[in-house]
Amino acid sequence: MSDDGTPPISRRTLIVGAAAAAGGTLLARLPLTDAAGAQAPAQPAPTPAAPAAPADPSRVLGAPTSAVSVRSPFETPARTPTGFVTGPSFSPIHRFEGTITPTDLHFERHHGGVPTIDPARHRLLVHGLVERPLVFSMDELKQLPAVSRICFLECSGNGRSAYRNAKRELSPQDIDGLTGNSEWTGVLLSTLLREAGVRSDAKWMIAEGGDGPKLSRSIPIEKALDDAIVAYAQNGEPMRPSSGYPVRLVLPGWEANTCIKWLRRLELVDAPRMFRDETSKYTDPLPDGTARQFSFEMDAKSIITHPSYPDRIAKPGWVQITGLAWSGRGKIDRVDVTTDGGRSWTVAELQAPVLSKAHTRFRLMWEWDGKPTSLMSRAVDETGYVQPRLADFRRVRGNGTDFHFNAIRGWTVEADGRVFFGVDV
Amino acid sequence: MTALQPRRMHDRPLRIALLRAVLLATAVSLAACGRDTGDDRGAERTEARTTLPSDVHAAPARPARFAIGRTPTESEIRAWDRDVGPDGRDLPAGRGTYAQGAAAYAQKCASCHGARGEGMGTGHAGFPRIIGRDPREGFPFGVDARHVKTVGNYWPYATTLFDYVRRAMPLTAPGSLTDDETYALVAFLLAENEVVGRDVVMDAQALRQVRMPARDRFVRDDRRGGTEFR
Repeated sequence: MSDDGTPPISRRTLIVGAAAAAGGTLLARLPLTDAAGAQAPAQPAPTPAAPAAPADPSRVLGAPTSAVSVRSPFETPARTPTGFVTGPSFSPIHRFEGTITPTDLHFERHHGGVPTIDPARHRLLVHGLVERPLVFSMDELKQLPAVSRICFLECSGNGRSAYRNAKRELSPQDIDGLTGNSEWTGVLLSTLLREAGVRSDAKWMIAEGGDGPKLSRSIPIEKALDDAIVAYAQNGEPMRPSSGYPVRLVLPGWEANTCIKWLRRLELVDAPRMFRDETSKYTDPLPDGTARQFSFEMDAKSIITHPSYPDRIAKPGWVQITGLAWSGRGKIDRVDVTTDGGRSWTVAELQAPVLSKAHTRFRLMWEWDGKPTSLMSRAVDETGYVQPRLADFRRVRGNGTDFHFNAIRGWTVEADGRVFFGVDV
Repeated sequence: MTALQPRRMHDRPLRIALLRAVLLATAVSLAACGRDTGDDRGAERTEARTTLPSDVHAAPARPARFAIGRTPTESEIRAWDRDVGPDGRDLPAGRGTYAQGAAAYAQKCASCHGARGEGMGTGHAGFPRIIGRDPREGFPFGVDARHVKTVGNYWPYATTLFDYVRRAMPLTAPGSLTDDETYALVAFLLAENEVVGRDVVMDAQALRQVRMPARDRFVRDDRRGGTEFR
């Protein structure tokens, strides 16, 4: 459908637009989850009325144990579903602490809705340029030696709205909410391919999903044999349907569109297949009249998640600046933070352990004097790559480029403590 | 204590070192004998820091393969192996005309993509424009985001159109189009995009010969990390 990364529109707009244009016939055929509109699309939830809590909780009996725990009623983080079967739902990254993304708040981006798959009937086919074509059940996949690894996934359209349609009222969720950091468990793809025996003429691998569009990408064999994981668990449990249940591909550091969800087929081939999502989409048009293709690795990036819009710094004094940095090429080496609009930079503290191709938490204590200023963060990864300035990004990639938006993000702090996206530098 | 105790203390690290050397050699030989590199990549394994008691052993080397998984049937493979690459080798039999494609488009595609492929709606509520050759000059998509990418002005391979339409369209009934219908839709869409004439009967041979206007615009990723921003 449409590109990712633009801010979600309300479901009302969708219904009015589609119904007006298609006379309602289209709507009737589309699997919208709730025609009655009872399940409104959750924009980041407005602050609800304060939940009831006893005046002194230590003097009343508490609640019993429960089968599945739920969040405190005082915490209401939410994604931004559109109510439609395609398009992204942004993760509230400014509501998170540490580095692991809560599973039920991980970003979503689908191309034909979330399929319902019975794991007992699901199969993964491995064929093509292999010695032994094989098909695996979920039980057989779990019989093979497993690995666990913490790494980020990021839609390569992340950051598009901030780049294309910047406005002051953008939160970290609006800007960079299409990334998440999870512990993935599964079989190394190299283990699976060893079972099948990769022939020497295999140069690429097709990965195909079992969703309606059967989303497919061509993956170079070097990545397949390096650190790729055929994952069946996320953060300690079978992954959610929206994350690819019962099995997905995880290519650490690579744009998440290549990390095929609901994985059902791997075919070893001699050349890329030029699928729609590696030609029409997920390519980077450049100012020189070319389009960059197979730009898999996510360049280093960082964003300050606090303070940020819509925060308001209560009063002058100590403020904990914190945010996330990550690189598809390895570990974050350093995050520099400026609190004076870029005149000087300070090295932020990185939360250990710093993991390769994983979200890295940075923090810096800052004593705000109550004067207007601006804040920015700049990530440097272990290859020496430095997150580029916005002006450099525009010059090299162009105003129309479509994916991989990793220019430095900044926040303006006003004298009254309000914080807005954007810095004029 | 007898003299045995100190000797065992000395021997054990030696035995472990020998065992590790053997394991390492096995791993190296496994890696050297083909494309199958070791299966420990990406996972950091920790080794025990304490000296192993005499009844505890290092895990044995893994076999070259576990022989898990079964051989698929030919029909199992055929049912799913339907992708078509740019060389068109895997295009199926069948054919379709512009007129047949126009009829199929009106019936199955126009409700979302518009009567003339102009698209519908905007953003994520929208369905993309798929017909159009503007801008006529150059390839300015990197400079100005207002240029809308279509099959005619951006897609580098005609085979992608066949693959994607048969694979994913229509949105509400993916995989429902016959090969003939798909060829007809490809004939219609390529003609409307001024890539082929309306008289072209589309089949495997005709589709292999189509060269898309944007074919030479695509370049491989040249970013390599390091200090240079590209």
